[in-house]
Parts: sequence; structure tokens; C-alpha cells
Amino acid sequence: MAKKKFVVGCFDDEAVLFPAVKKVRTSGYKIHDVYTPFAVHGLDHALGLRETSLHTAGFVYGITGTSTALSCISWIFTRDWPLNIGGKPHFALPAWVPIIFELTVLFAAVGMVLTFCYLCQLAPFVKKHHFHPRATDDLFVMVIECTDKTNTDDLKAFLTSNGAVETDVQVAEDGWWLGRYDKDEMPFENKEIVAA
Amino acid sequence: MHLKYESQLREPLVYGDKTYHQVTEDIVKPIEAKPTKLWYIGFYISVALLLFGVYSVYREVTYGIGQWNLNKTIGWGWDITNFVWWVGIGHAGTLISAILLLFRQGWRTGVNRAAEAMTIFAVMCAGQFPIFHMGRVWMAFFVLPYPNTRGPLWVNFNSPLLWDVFAISTYFTVSLLFWYSGLIPDFATVRDRAFTKLRKRLYGIASFGWTGSTKHWQRHESLSLVLAGLSTPLVLSVHTIVSFDFATSVIPGWHTTIFPPYFVAGAIFSGFAMVQTLMVIVRKVFQMEDYVTIGHIEAMNKVIVLTGSIVGVAYLTELFMGWYSQNKYEGYTFWYSRAYLFSPYGWSYWGMMACNVLSPQIFWFRKMRRNLFVTFFMSIIVNIGMWFERFVIIVTSLYRDYLPSSWSVYYSPTIWEIGFYAGTFGLFFTCFFLFAKYFPVIAIAEIKYVLKTTGEGYKNKMGNIEEQKLEEFVLEQAHH
Repeated sequence: MAKKKFVVGCFDDEAVLFPAVKKVRTSGYKIHDVYTPFAVHGLDHALGLRETSLHTAGFVYGITGTSTALSCISWIFTRDWPLNIGGKPHFALPAWVPIIFELTVLFAAVGMVLTFCYLCQLAPFVKKHHFHPRATDDLFVMVIECTDKTNTDDLKAFLTSNGAVETDVQVAEDGWWLGRYDKDEMPFENKEIVAA
Repeated sequence: MHLKYESQLREPLVYGDKTYHQVTEDIVKPIEAKPTKLWYIGFYISVALLLFGVYSVYREVTYGIGQWNLNKTIGWGWDITNFVWWVGIGHAGTLISAILLLFRQGWRTGVNRAAEAMTIFAVMCAGQFPIFHMGRVWMAFFVLPYPNTRGPLWVNFNSPLLWDVFAISTYFTVSLLFWYSGLIPDFATVRDRAFTKLRKRLYGIASFGWTGSTKHWQRHESLSLVLAGLSTPLVLSVHTIVSFDFATSVIPGWHTTIFPPYFVAGAIFSGFAMVQTLMVIVRKVFQMEDYVTIGHIEAMNKVIVLTGSIVGVAYLTELFMGWYSQNKYEGYTFWYSRAYLFSPYGWSYWGMMACNVLSPQIFWFRKMRRNLFVTFFMSIIVNIGMWFERFVIIVTSLYRDYLPSSWSVYYSPTIWEIGFYAGTFGLFFTCFFLFAKYFPVIAIAEIKYVLKTTGEGYKNKMGNIEEQKLEEFVLEQAHH
């Protein structure tokens, strides 16, 4: 995969991050992504991301489960092996409600989690470039993709003037690959083990 | 700029003036520290119990169900009692994480992770009982509907026992997915601050390469919300279906329409009691009193007194119906086999009444709800009471039914029945000790999300908003 050049600006408060996102976007820069330690509500709108359709997928998986359960059970009990249970009807819909419901939930949940992992490209042994190790701790890391015309020094100064506590230029791949995290340099290597 | 504000009247959910980094430090500390002596002692005791359970099950599988004291009248005894008991305990986690999420109860963030873990381990324990009760456990796969060479002979989709198979396995799978999807970002937090190669590698695998991208968070939120929406009816359905195991039969004492809501309330009751038992210890040992506050404990005690009283009303309704139906068999079961103290199992009924209905009433008093010793003691009492409840339902109904000639002699368990039960405690606590050591026991990202609304330090700073004039406030916000 091709490597790209990025300018990274780190913010330590979401109240500073939001106006900065707005300014950076109105100045015409392309924000590659913002990495945050938790879900910051409204940030997706501020970045101009569209709503996710994951819940629609969940609905589709759910009705797949419903129809799978209903069609399988009714085929088995009315066509494949109509079992006489105390003379009761073969097509005993009320008695199937529990299993139909459970399969609806099961299909929806499993399908959505797999779709989520696929869309976000998450899986065991997957490795991605991390722009800042504290992005999962306490920093909000804004990453801007550079073009040929981008003056990185200007951009860094612009970010700092908008409240970034740390700025950086990185050349990185933006996809994922199979890899190990212990091959990285260890940012906290000198830390002592503390007793509980 | 979005505004985060919560009334000063509400207790803070996070005590102390924490920063985001401090939250990470506090919650990850037990993972990065060496386990204490107490942890090793607890862990080894759990493993020993587990091994005793494994041996008890080995005897049962090798020599057959005769290793237990079940007979043709009391076909369900300790095994199904324990199954229902564990499944009931396994209801609090999903209730806390799903229903309380939909009800916007902020206090769920402090306890949801540990409660969900508890749910998963409890369901694992529950599953053992029906599986090994089959006797020929190597035939357990017969419960699965798949095209086979025996006809194909299908399972009976009209049977509540098969509904149970689907309900419990779906519940386990969905709870596990919900729990793990919440853990991914927190594993990434642990990974990015790991200072040993092994830890970096293992948490790297466990975190699935999570980066914290805004788009990923957006999807993660959507996923959590829909999973919560799915889990809410699911958690109610599971114990409803467990109650159908009894309610759809014609045995006096089981054949009652009140069972589904009564079982669900009982499940929440015992589940919250188990969460209390664990959290009172965890918050003390890991010094997480700032995150699992006394307010959290109080909120859970309120749920306990509510559900305990619902269960109490159900017991009284059953007694009333035993008389009002004028059905001799119902009357005999409820008024002699259960409510008469000097009948063979009368002690278990009154034990249940004392533990489940009378003693939780102590939580009407605020002082008692906020007292850790009372909470811990009561959480144990409630779970003993809930075990009695299932024992009462199963054994007192079975041992004397329609035909006096089929009445049973007094049933008491063998050492291997007790051993099996003890073994599930071993399994549960072995898993829980490992969880407490290697997993973030509190949802780090979720605490950070509510920190600036409900953290003590931030709330105090926002106190002036309540006294501010509207014009001043608007002006101040406009500057942001």
C-alpha cells in the first residue's frame, strides 16, 4: 500500500477540538480522521460524516432470522416429518414464537457484530498505524492528509494557534495489515511495575 | 458547541477531580500490577472447587445419574434448581447494560462491565446442569435441529425444553458479543500503554487493531444501541422461557400463569444481589470506590427491594389462588407441602419467605441501602433465598402430586450432587478472578464519556450555571 504524509495535531479537551475541527475544515484542509479515547458525540457531524446504516443492516439480519426460523420449523413440522403430538395442529404457530424470536435476535446480533468488524476492518492479528499512543488514553488526535501543495510548517502553526498541544508530521500507511504490536517501539518502556 | 450539564442535586457518578488520564490509570492499575496474595488465595480456592466439581461430574458421567439421589418421582432436584438459580443470576448483567442504557440510567457505566462478565460466567455455569442431567452427555448434540440419519428425526419445536436450548444459547452468544464489543476500545487502551512485550502482543490481538477513529466510534455507538435494544426483550424472554419449563406442565404448583413475570422479577432480584456481592469486594480490593460509588450501591439496593417485593406479591398471589381455585391438588401443594411449616419441606418455603420477602424490606431505609456491611450480608441472604425458591418450586411440587402411590421418600442430595454445584462456584469464581486480573473491570471509555457531566470536580465547577442569569449564560456560551 502507498504511504501518505499526514500532519497530526493533538488536543487535550473536546471543547477545544470542536472549534478547531470547524476552522480546519473551513480553511480547506482535508481531515483524514480524528482519533478519540471515547465516543465524542457530535464529532461525526462536525467532520461531515454521514450517518451509519449499521442499524439497517441489523434489521435485515433480524428479519432473515425470523424467516429462517419460521420457514424451517413449518417445513419440518408440516412437510418433512409431520409428527402427531396429541392430535394438535401441525402448524402450531403460537408454540413457535419463542424460537422465532430467539433466532431473530441471534441473527441480528451476530450479523451486526460481524458487519461492524468488517466495516471497521477489525479482527484479531490486524494491525494499523497509530498516530499517537495516547489517542486511546486522553488525547484527541486530529490527522490531516497532506497534498503536494500543503506547507506542513504552516499547517502545524495553524493547528497550534487553534489549541493543539502537540503537532507532528508522519508518513504512514492508512490501511491495515497483519502484524504484531510488540514489534513497535515501547513508549512506556521505562515504567516500573508497581505493587497493587 | 454542545452543552453538557447535569443538576447539582444528582450525586456525582465519579468522585474526585479526575482527568481522562487519571481514569485510565485508576482502572488499568490492577491489570498492570502484580496480583496480590489475596488474589492467589482466592484463585486457588476457586480452582480447587472447580476440580472437585470436575471429579463429581466425572463420577456422574461414568456411573450414571444414579450418582445423584434423584428418583422416578423427583426427577428434577438439585440439578435443575441450580440451573434456574444460575440462569437467574445471569440476568443482572444484561439488564444493567441493556435496559438501563435504554432508560438512560447514568449509573450503569460504573458497574456494567463487571455485571456483564458475571452474566456470561453465570450462564456458563447454568448450562452445565441440563447438559449433564441428560445422563448420556455424549448425546447432547441431539438437541440441535440438523438433518440426520435417524429419519431425519427432528427435535420437538413445540417443547419448552427446546425453547430453552435456543433461549439460553442465544442469550449467551448475544451477551458475549455485547460484552466483547464494549471491551475492544478498552483493550486498545491497555495495549497502547503496555510496557511488556507479551502484554502488548496479547492485548494487541484482543483489541482487534482498534484505533479510536471517529467513524468507528459512530458505528460502535450504533452497534451498542441496537444490541441494547435487542437484548432488552431477550433478557425478559429468557427467564420467561425458563418459567415455561414449569408453567406449561400440569403439575400442581407449576401450572400457573403468573410464572413468567414472577420468574423475571426473581431473576433480576438474584442477579443484582450477586452483582452486589462481587462489586462490594471488587471496589474495595481494587480501590475503585470513586467509580463504583455508594450511590451505585444504593441504586442497586433500590432495585433489590423493588424486585424482592414483586416476588413477595407473587408468592402471596400463588397462595391465594391455591385457595381461590378450590382445586384440591393446588390447595394441597400450596397450603400443605409449602406453607405448612411442619410438612417435610416446610422449612424451605419459610426460609425462602424470610430471605426473599421479609429481609430485603430493610432497604426501605436509606441508611441501610448505603451501608456496605448490610448490603454485602443481604446480597448473600437474597441468593440463599432465591436458591430456596427454585428448590421449593421444583421439589415440593414433585414429591407429592396426584397419586399417593407415587409419592416419594424424602429427597436429599448426594455428595456428588453437592460437588457438582460447588464445582460451578469454582468455575464462576475462577473465571471472575481471571477477569478481574486481566480485563478492565470498569468500562474506561464509557466512564470518560460521562466524566465531564457527572464527575464530582466538573459538576462543582458547573454549579454556578444554576445561579447565572440567562443573558450572561447565553453570552458565555456564544464565546465558545
